[in-house]
Amino acid sequence: MQTLLFLIVFPILVACLLLFVKRTTIRYAVVALSALAIGGASIYLLMRYAFEGAVYFAAPSGAIDLAMVAIEMGLALFIIYMGAKFRNYLAILLAVIQAALVVYLEMTFSGSLHAANNLFIDQFSIIMALIIGLIGSLIAVYAVRYMETYHHHHPEVRDRQTFFFFVTFVFLAAMFGLVFSNNLMWLFFFWEITTISSFLLIGYSETEEATKNAFRALVMNLLGGVAFVVAIVLLAATEPTSGGIDLARVLASPDAAVVLIPVVLIGFAGITKAALMPFSSWLLGAMVAPTPVSALLHSSTMVKAGVYILVRFSPVFAGTFAGFSIGLVGGVTFLVASAIAISRSDAKSVLAYSTIANLGLIAACAGVGTYMLVWAAILLIVFHAVAKALLFLGTGVIEQRTGSRNIEDMEGLIVRMPKMAVMMFIGIAGMFLAPFGMLISKWAAIEAFVQVPFGLIFIAILAYGSAVTVFFWAKWMGKLVTVTQNTERVEKGFFEESWAPLYIITGLVIAAVFLFPVISSMLIEPYVLAIYGVTAHLADANVAIMLLMMALLLILPVSFLLFKRTARHLPAYMGGRPATPDLHFAGSLGLTREAQTRNYYLTEYFGEAKLFRPGAAVCIVLILVSWILAGVAL
Amino acid sequence: MNWLIGAVLFLILAPIAGGLIAGIDRKITARMQGRVGPPLLQPFYDVGKLFEKERAVVTTAQNFYVLAYLIFIALSGALFFAGGDLLLIVFAFTLAHVFLVLGAYAVHSPYSHIGAERELIQVMAYEPMIILAAVGFYMVSGSFYVTEIAATTVPAILYLPGVFLGFAVILTIKLRKSPFDISTSHHAHQEIVKGITTEFSGSTLAQVEIAHWYENVFLLGFVFLFFAWNPVIGVVAVAITYLAEIFVDNVTARARWQAALKSGWLATLLGIANLAILSYMMLGGA
Amino acid sequence: MSTMAFLKRSPWILHYDASSCNGCDIEVLACLTPLYDVERFGIINTGNPKHADILMITGGINELNRAVVRNLYEQMPEPKVVVAIGICAATGGIFRECYNIAGGVDKVIPVDVYVPGCAARPEMIIDGVVAALSILEEKRAKMTGAAQIKDDARHAAGEST
Repeated sequence: MQTLLFLIVFPILVACLLLFVKRTTIRYAVVALSALAIGGASIYLLMRYAFEGAVYFAAPSGAIDLAMVAIEMGLALFIIYMGAKFRNYLAILLAVIQAALVVYLEMTFSGSLHAANNLFIDQFSIIMALIIGLIGSLIAVYAVRYMETYHHHHPEVRDRQTFFFFVTFVFLAAMFGLVFSNNLMWLFFFWEITTISSFLLIGYSETEEATKNAFRALVMNLLGGVAFVVAIVLLAATEPTSGGIDLARVLASPDAAVVLIPVVLIGFAGITKAALMPFSSWLLGAMVAPTPVSALLHSSTMVKAGVYILVRFSPVFAGTFAGFSIGLVGGVTFLVASAIAISRSDAKSVLAYSTIANLGLIAACAGVGTYMLVWAAILLIVFHAVAKALLFLGTGVIEQRTGSRNIEDMEGLIVRMPKMAVMMFIGIAGMFLAPFGMLISKWAAIEAFVQVPFGLIFIAILAYGSAVTVFFWAKWMGKLVTVTQNTERVEKGFFEESWAPLYIITGLVIAAVFLFPVISSMLIEPYVLAIYGVTAHLADANVAIMLLMMALLLILPVSFLLFKRTARHLPAYMGGRPATPDLHFAGSLGLTREAQTRNYYLTEYFGEAKLFRPGAAVCIVLILVSWILAGVAL
Repeated sequence: MNWLIGAVLFLILAPIAGGLIAGIDRKITARMQGRVGPPLLQPFYDVGKLFEKERAVVTTAQNFYVLAYLIFIALSGALFFAGGDLLLIVFAFTLAHVFLVLGAYAVHSPYSHIGAERELIQVMAYEPMIILAAVGFYMVSGSFYVTEIAATTVPAILYLPGVFLGFAVILTIKLRKSPFDISTSHHAHQEIVKGITTEFSGSTLAQVEIAHWYENVFLLGFVFLFFAWNPVIGVVAVAITYLAEIFVDNVTARARWQAALKSGWLATLLGIANLAILSYMMLGGA
Repeated sequence: MSTMAFLKRSPWILHYDASSCNGCDIEVLACLTPLYDVERFGIINTGNPKHADILMITGGINELNRAVVRNLYEQMPEPKVVVAIGICAATGGIFRECYNIAGGVDKVIPVDVYVPGCAARPEMIIDGVVAALSILEEKRAKMTGAAQIKDDARHAAGEST
């Protein structure tokens, strides 16, 4: 239990310490050392608890419960203050409702607000802890140098770096707390902390746009928060034997119909936090924040909390129509967000839509909730976290070096920033190509949906969805590998230390493929087995083939040695016009003109304007249907 | 051990079979146009010739991507004939095509670039249907493994007529036949020169051609699965399907990419409708 | 490798209309029609210099397409031959006195076969291509031979050091 408490408390201590560190070098040392400690502790956690199944800890309550309520009230006051300052009355309203519900909860049900055990750990929590502890802290390390350069490039933004790192580490602590809590009141407390943290980080630059988007994120997440409290009120009102606020008991509740309504409400909170449609706009708006924030929000924290909660409760969703309906929200989000990603040329926007799509897929798996799907969902969480972190950090580096994060401007990156291009290449491959992780999970999901009644809907969604996914990733990849001539290398000059997190995460993307059988058999399969009594796994022969493919991919670059350097180099064919290798050609009237290549964005078919509203409308209907169905089941 | 024999036989024999099929294709096409046509072995002469040509590249990297394309096409075909998991095969197949597309991007040429974009649109057009076909086989045979699908005694085609028709549509895209030969064409020039293969010459182009042979044999194997319960009917059906593709190739003009995308996706809808009815019948039966 | 010689069986053509009156172009196209069907000899009209073995040019060279013809020729990988179709491609023909005409194709790039005629008849064009094939084969042999000599020289140098 000490390790659990360490992971929750230590980041908070570091956060407080960082409030007083003004110099970048010292800050770098502090952040790097604490990242080491946090990463080390999460790996220790893995070794200590991986083989023990679910372990519960009573953990002291009483004083802590009281402190939590006090902090929640404080946060509500803070939101009201901020809401008043920036005239966002909706935020105030939601904060007041939420605070009132918490007070009501404490007053009315004070007797039943005790969980037998406040903390717990099982294999799923270990996986989440590893993601937060490794990826999250690597992003924090990367952020130190990034923020220094950021302020160098943006002198107009007030330098609040001490505050930035304070919030970042509080965020990490809250995430650890969230995945270790067995008491739903605790879980809700950490849930709210992540909401506030992301609000503060998104609004970091204090521009009008940043503030607006921060409030949008806040409002949407508060909406989820309100649903969460209502769920806790409903659970507290039930008999402790059939649920109460003890997570383990709710999951094992013999009275599934009774807990279904609150769980669907918590699922709704998950939907808002995971930025599924119609709430996807907050995650897109979050792009205004400095890149490490996006990396944090998209890969290891925040949205992962949303899908964590959905996957956690998926045994309750399993086999219910309400769960199926929530799964459909995820499915529709996956399809629509993937399609919209085609029409985007801003790298961060593409990444954001891809995150939304993948979270949708995870939610689809969790909502339907058969054992194979939960297995696939957890795999998706792991692989997505690693690859997406790499892509965001990479985009950050590219933006700082080249001054643009437009995919069109990344043309020829393989020449201009070879190291970065290779890493981006691996990251993108990780998102959609065999034998990398995301594809394994999608494949597993297809095999799982086949066995579900009405699973055909999801199969169709997956079939179309993965096709559009190939399109938008591959054309980005294409831009990266275009060998442009006569372009300057700009890789040097970026602070050396910042490469370390990138190298490590790139290594993790590749390692994840090789380690995937181990991750599956050591962590995911026992977890699924413990809950469902059966487990899924990939056939050994297929694993062997995947490893073979991966090995091939790693060996293939050696073939460069085979190609004769003596081959004659010809410029590209330009319809017979004499052209230079960098596509300048003799135009009419003796003028030299330049040919440029641009990707297809097919806005007419896949534009945001065209697809977002219908997608959001369908999702709203599905969410309402999930509530109605949960009510009917009662 | 059977699986190994299947894979090895494919790796050795598919280029020969694929080249012969291409030769027959050209001969039949010529006859349909009232011509005599080239010798049966013409495709082999062509590829042999390409290996004799000088090595000329725009960038050395193009060789790497095309080699990767060839290897992964061969790999996915080998997995298919080894009786592997159909979904894994489909994904390996996609990987191969992404490599071809990257090769076309790498050369930084306007014509290649348009070809690459169109190739990606083609991938987007056929991918849903090909996944759906795999799912259809699963619903009939209870397995994603080619070995077990091929061993079923039920005629898959009777359960999956819609899926088969849908697959026939995307087969036209995959075989690079009119009206969907939008990214590159076997015929005389088109509006984007040779599209995706414009900048590939000599042995690199030969590798693309060999990959195409592998691919065609693999695709015809896929068609065979629909009729696998009776090998004789299967072979005949494959031949008729291919003939029909040649016929379509000769009577249609090239369509725009929008038409390719819409056709591919509508074909998938047909497949989905087929599977929906099938699963309804299965639920009813159970 | 050098004994196989597939080149003769698979000559791919790039046809360029320099400043022809279209008479010869029609005849070139006629070669592809069922009546003449040059695909019998493995001949394909590729339209892409990077794939072509034979550059077929109709019409004389003018000041504007001078650079284009040279570029097309340079884009073709070795071995390659050039066939000038029609009298204009050979000498400039009836246009040779025009202010903008430089003359025949050989003003810009080396020509291997001249097919006379105004317009050149399909039979003659096919005949010209067949003549080009043996030149193509010669060039190929020379190319592999040159490579062989270079290789041998390198080996010899390697042994001596």
